[in-house]
Amino acid sequence: MKLENKIPEGQLETKWEKYRSTVALVNPANKRSLEILIVGSGLAGSSAASTLAEMGYKVKVFCFQDSARRAHSIAAQGGINAAKNYQNDGDSVHRLFYDTIKGGDYRAREANVHRLAEVSGNIIDQCVASGVPFAREYGGMLSNRSFGGTQVQRTFYAAGQTGQQLLLGAYSGLQRQVGLGNIQMFTRHEMLDVVNIDGKCRGIIARDLVSGKLERHFGHAVLLCTGGYGNVFYLSTNAMGSNVTAAWKAHKKGASFGNPCYTQIHPTCIPVSGDHQSKLTLMSESLRNDGRIWVPKKMDDVNALRNGSKKGNDIPEDDRDYYLERRYPAFGNLVPRDVASRAAKERCDAGFGVSKTGEAVFLDFAHNMKYKYGKQVATLKGINNPTEEQLTAFGKDVVKEKYGNLFDMYKQITGEDPYEIPMQIYPAVHYTMGGLWVDYNLMTTIPGLYALGEANFSDHGANRLGASALMQGLADGYFVLPYTIGDFLSKEISTKSIPTTHKAFEEAEKNVEEKINTFLNIKGSKSVDYFHKKLGKIMWDKCGMARNAEGLKTAISDIQKLRDEFWKDLFVPGESNELNLELEKAGRVADFIELGELMCKDALHRNESCGGHFREEFQTEEGEAQRDDENFKYVAAWEYKNTSDWELHKEDLVYENIKIAQRSYK
Amino acid sequence: MNWILKMFQSSLGQKLLMALTGLFLISFLLVHCGINALIFFNDGGEMFNKGAEFMGTNFLIRAVEIFLFAGIILHAVQGFSLTFKNQKARPIKYAVNNGNANSKWYSRSMGLLGTLLLMFLIIHLRHFWVVSRFTDEITSGKETLFNEMKEVFENPWVVFIYVLAMISLAYHLLHGFQSSFQTLGLNHKRYTPIIRVLGICFSIVIPTIFALMPIAIHFDFIK
Amino acid sequence: MKILKLHKEVISNLNPQKKRNSMSGNMNIKLKVWRQKNSNSKGELVNYKVSEVSPDMSFLEMFDMLNETLINEKKEPIAFDHDCREGICGMCSMFINGRPHGPNDAVTTCQLHMRSFKDGDTIVVEPWRASAFPILKDLIVDRSSFDRIISAGGFISVNTGNAQDANCLPIGKNEADESFAAAACIGCGACVAACKNSSAMLFVSAKVSQLALLPQGKPERHQRVLNMVAQMDSEGFGACTNTGACEAECPKEISLSNIARMNREYLSAKLCSEIE
Repeated sequence: MKLENKIPEGQLETKWEKYRSTVALVNPANKRSLEILIVGSGLAGSSAASTLAEMGYKVKVFCFQDSARRAHSIAAQGGINAAKNYQNDGDSVHRLFYDTIKGGDYRAREANVHRLAEVSGNIIDQCVASGVPFAREYGGMLSNRSFGGTQVQRTFYAAGQTGQQLLLGAYSGLQRQVGLGNIQMFTRHEMLDVVNIDGKCRGIIARDLVSGKLERHFGHAVLLCTGGYGNVFYLSTNAMGSNVTAAWKAHKKGASFGNPCYTQIHPTCIPVSGDHQSKLTLMSESLRNDGRIWVPKKMDDVNALRNGSKKGNDIPEDDRDYYLERRYPAFGNLVPRDVASRAAKERCDAGFGVSKTGEAVFLDFAHNMKYKYGKQVATLKGINNPTEEQLTAFGKDVVKEKYGNLFDMYKQITGEDPYEIPMQIYPAVHYTMGGLWVDYNLMTTIPGLYALGEANFSDHGANRLGASALMQGLADGYFVLPYTIGDFLSKEISTKSIPTTHKAFEEAEKNVEEKINTFLNIKGSKSVDYFHKKLGKIMWDKCGMARNAEGLKTAISDIQKLRDEFWKDLFVPGESNELNLELEKAGRVADFIELGELMCKDALHRNESCGGHFREEFQTEEGEAQRDDENFKYVAAWEYKNTSDWELHKEDLVYENIKIAQRSYK
Repeated sequence: MNWILKMFQSSLGQKLLMALTGLFLISFLLVHCGINALIFFNDGGEMFNKGAEFMGTNFLIRAVEIFLFAGIILHAVQGFSLTFKNQKARPIKYAVNNGNANSKWYSRSMGLLGTLLLMFLIIHLRHFWVVSRFTDEITSGKETLFNEMKEVFENPWVVFIYVLAMISLAYHLLHGFQSSFQTLGLNHKRYTPIIRVLGICFSIVIPTIFALMPIAIHFDFIK
Repeated sequence: MKILKLHKEVISNLNPQKKRNSMSGNMNIKLKVWRQKNSNSKGELVNYKVSEVSPDMSFLEMFDMLNETLINEKKEPIAFDHDCREGICGMCSMFINGRPHGPNDAVTTCQLHMRSFKDGDTIVVEPWRASAFPILKDLIVDRSSFDRIISAGGFISVNTGNAQDANCLPIGKNEADESFAAAACIGCGACVAACKNSSAMLFVSAKVSQLALLPQGKPERHQRVLNMVAQMDSEGFGACTNTGACEAECPKEISLSNIARMNREYLSAKLCSEIE
């Protein structure tokens, strides 16, 4: 197999424009006879579905939730980037392009990222037109804020619910087409296999999760918009149902998996409170605008915090170590996510963690509340010598307006009031930069099968900048795929619908059915969650924030053992012909186990540190990530051969427009 | 014209009709209460009888009376129809439902309160309206409406029922008054609080005045 | 009668706003949970005991623990809807001790934590009940009626590529904020569950309001409200009695003023436009 990225020739700045104007088209009459299946209804899925339906294609959309509106894009808090330069602070397409490549630690394709930056402005226009209520200034213009890793204000937002508003916007477009009869919606359906005929992807097998029936669906093309695989770690900020199954089934049928080891660990999440924990909750990156991160300098204070004899507020200013400000004076608390996460881990590993578990640092608003906002308000009110109490009270109101919903959520979960005592936070798995390998057209290595949004590997390199995931999902769905799919579909206009009685469909369905029966017939003694938790622990310990060759090797053999145990000792209650949540989970965890092994393999082979992938053996003297551009400036695309057997293909990354440099935020 | 029918068949249309008829009935209560309060002049019912005669003989008032009955019937019919539909929207009830945590009991019991009021209305009409319109006792001048009142309210049970009905009315109004504005879409940060206060005053004052009438007459405070 | 007794028992030890027990120590909880095999079968409340419940657990994590025990006993676990577990996807939907999403205001079931209860409490958990939300299994209901209402008109008819520059259309901060407040609806259906009439007015009006407040939404505002209300009625939701239960129970605190706005929109669509 040869990887062809199909990046068009020509100048970077005009590449996309030129390609878009020359890519083959399908005439309107022919569109009506072409069917497209879309799996997943998040930002990428919904936007692609509505756009393709508007163009005249026949579209079917599948999601495992009870409504398209539940997709996990909805949980994105902070915002969406766009190079609009509305703030007149020197932003441009090129700057967004550059920041994204640099933020990704020089492991993303230039052409893809530039295209992303080019269409970013259109996304905002489209969203506003479809009724997304972004935050605005009094004059009626759109408001912006800043995010980590950038020095301009280009993030558009809707309070702390930007993902929700964008998804509901895309969802309303989708439902409009459902109402018009152009899209058929299949909720509570899970894709369990892709069907390839004559080397092209021609359909899927889906399970109706309510009746348990298996269904066959034909499509001239299939789009996977199924999100990331962070749940391989069991605990993550992903939704409980987020899974890799669709992408993994495609992978096993021939779609290569790109850079599986690139995982983003988000620095500001609420720490784990006990074994019962089922998921982790993010506290938006925007909090780092005003919160200062610290741990105590003295071990005595750490012990006092752990046994409860001291609270964070009791520790005097001089005994606090604001380690991000100390290590990265230029960006301070606003360094990119991977850097902030590793720094927190470093402090906790050194024994300075502030919670009972030793895995938490403080995110403290007291200083800015009092001296930044409190003073501002006092000045506005004309109070010259405000008391400390006054400052705190004034500042609290401002903080409440800015972050109120996040503070409430924190209090709800932890039972502690972050207005009074500093928040405790710790890094947690948040996003996966890796995913199905796709070419410039977003097509995987199976012709006719596409991957959009977080499900593909394409635009973020080894680390994603804040507020870029929403941008990528919508860019792929609204403005990229609807054009690039013409390249494939224009050649399919004479392909008739293949009846689902075709033997490829029959065979695929039979395999799925057998797998389901296997799950039910093992009748072992352990629940699905038991295995998932165990897998999560292996992955977090050995393939988490910091990795080393030794650990990864152990992890691979541990995962293989776990896989064997899974297939011998699993217990799934209930039947296949009913709503059976355990059965659904079993299928997903089986795939996570296989994926976990590949992630470790990928992490082991990549003998460098870059972005979200930090190998302890490869760091500078100051403990920063050390890339090896000579040997690893490529995308690792893994082709599935057999159980525990993959073949590595390399796609070289060519930088013609950007000078590669060591990333520095000092 | 079809659109009007269609409009009043939709749930919003039905509610609109409830609100409009409700407000109309509220305005009637004001007039009714005003006339009847004339008994508190304590002049042996002279003023009151004059008022009653005017109301009973004025052509315009008699014409409006038709609308009044139409309003009552429409309000009741729509009420029953809505209650029936609403019941159907939840065929299986909750085993435990803590409604008081999120709403006032009387707002959830408008159907019940309304039914009580309808029953009362039948008794009330039988007591006074039938006598004054369909017998010649009052028109012929043999008897006055005031005396009729004295006679009816001699019975303590009747007084009890009237007072009970006025309590129902108070709660019905307590919700109905402000609710009708909400249904008509009249909700505004500035004016809604005023409407609420007005509604509370109205729902307490009017039924209290009404309830005082049988009590005052029964205990001979008014002669 | 049995139900009445149960009702009394639960209500009597309810005090929603008062903060419950205890950062320390584990709790024992008695549960009565609605079990129903599928949409055709008859369901019933079944008793369970959960011990070693930590006050830091979320309500759903307590259910996870119970399910783990049931699976280990080779019994069928309780099916319930949930996904993001951070209060935004709108999937979780439990009617807890007589209130949708439980005793605390402005939180979803997944954000409700066990510290809101005390040791020894009996908690009754039922599914949303409405004929427009048929039960699929145990605590899972079918809310696709909401999707159909949105399909009927909860959108702005703008095709991809038609948009002008986002700042060509200034929108006052107040309108934008108000529109956002309405758009914050997560479509969980707590409003329907709380309403004595199972009315969907708060849900529908939130969408109508969001779009009516924005200039982009104005061109089709009349058609929108007429279509959405017609769909809402045909789904079998009840009418609005303005009790305010929906607003009180809404995890996103969507305001009743949206319902008033929808009434206004409807009236103006019926009286002022010529749309059928």
